[in-house]
Amino acid sequence: MIEKVSNWFNDRLNLKAWADFAAKKKVPLHKHTVWYYMGGIALMILLIQFVTGGLLMVYYIPEISSAHASVQFINSQVEFGWFFRSMHSWGANIMILVLFIHMFSTFFMKAYRRPRELTWVTGIGLLALCFGFGFTGYLLPWDEIAFFATKIGLDIAEVVPFIGEPMAAILRGGMEIGQGTLSRFFLIHVIVLPVALAALLGVHLLLVQLQGMSEPTSFQKESKKDYEPFFPDFVLKDLMVWMLVLNVLAFLAVIFPWGLGPQADAFAAAPAGIKPEWYFLGMFQFLKILPAHIGFIEGEVFGLLVFLLIGVIFTIAPFIDTEKKPATARFLEVFGIIILISLIIFTWWGFSA
Amino acid sequence: MNDLIGKITRGEFFKVIFGFFAALWTGVTAYPVFRYLISGAENAQGGDDVQVTSLSLGPVEEFLPGASKNFKFGSIPALLVRTDDGAFQAYNATCTHLSCTVQYSDEEKKIWCACHGGRFDHKTGDNVSGPPPKPLGALAVDTSSGEIIISRA
Repeated sequence: MIEKVSNWFNDRLNLKAWADFAAKKKVPLHKHTVWYYMGGIALMILLIQFVTGGLLMVYYIPEISSAHASVQFINSQVEFGWFFRSMHSWGANIMILVLFIHMFSTFFMKAYRRPRELTWVTGIGLLALCFGFGFTGYLLPWDEIAFFATKIGLDIAEVVPFIGEPMAAILRGGMEIGQGTLSRFFLIHVIVLPVALAALLGVHLLLVQLQGMSEPTSFQKESKKDYEPFFPDFVLKDLMVWMLVLNVLAFLAVIFPWGLGPQADAFAAAPAGIKPEWYFLGMFQFLKILPAHIGFIEGEVFGLLVFLLIGVIFTIAPFIDTEKKPATARFLEVFGIIILISLIIFTWWGFSA
Repeated sequence: MNDLIGKITRGEFFKVIFGFFAALWTGVTAYPVFRYLISGAENAQGGDDVQVTSLSLGPVEEFLPGASKNFKFGSIPALLVRTDDGAFQAYNATCTHLSCTVQYSDEEKKIWCACHGGRFDHKTGDNVSGPPPKPLGALAVDTSSGEIIISRA
């Protein structure tokens, strides 16, 4: 009976070919193998985000006089509401952290080199989308800090020449942050970004499957290369790591449940000690120390240009870094180390300031 | 005309026509979407369309020197400060750096922004330290009637 059913599907879907493909897939074993788990962890947290996000939408109301109260309701009245909301907030944070690790490990292993340039570029795109998720999701509880974070974020967007102002106006839905902004951010958070993410992630994962795991240069030089089968060995290890991450997340959600600040008041002063989420903290601290004017441009414009330049260098890394140009390769290594160290220093500085 | 027909192949001709209609179609589709999003933003939904020109903040004697108040002036956040010499100063409280709302610190005798640490002179509104590039916009204060009346400067 089972065989009949499986044959029926096999006739139509050519499952055998997929199984053969999975059987041939292998993962290189070396001292850097641990970094191969990061993408999988991010994927798993993404699934948690979809599930918990869907659950939150059951009670959340995207309307300025009810939004804060609805999150309060989820936090205090709905059974396990606090848990799912905390999972969603912690999940978002840990996911960004994992994506940073995923990005930097790929960068330093030079896994982006030919033929994986597109995998790298789609990865950068996915990171940008995740920042978008963070930025739009942050406003939804409509608390004080979210309100000002959005104000600052949209003001920074306005600095971009030509497209900045209309873009900020469309996002803000008016001159001031209000219902227009909340409706738009909600829509972007629950429809626009998920669809874009699914499409881009599809390409990213397809490329990984087609091209297989990248092998670091040190491994390529080894005389006896060691591999393990993707299925079942690596998949089972992956599952174990996923279980571990799920437990860590649940632990964080239970021990440190996510709070909710006072409701946003459009006319009150920004509260003392206001800070963005940690993944924007480095950039925040950098903007904070810039003087009002640098040369003939405003400090914030200068800061934005610096961020833009860093982003561009990261994005085009696979196209300028080839085996034939050791000087560029060296430059990118040093660049990556400098950015990573400054990111850590500025983030730490932002925390303690 | 006949020369031209000879030079362009049927395939090339249709490529150009196809490109033209594709661009036209994209424009015709994108324009209403763009206007839909931006016009709703221009006539902000649920906002009060009434232009506020002046506002009373109560009697002068209830507002002691060193006191300050963040208040709503039409659609903008505003700040009133009474300096130690008894004078009143009112400003648009939107920080000129990245639009956070500023507040008065009586200990520092300065207006400051909690977001990025910008400081403004409370008597003039001038940006004195930190990242703000411009002074705060001033509002006019009239106390001749014994009441604090704020109006556009």
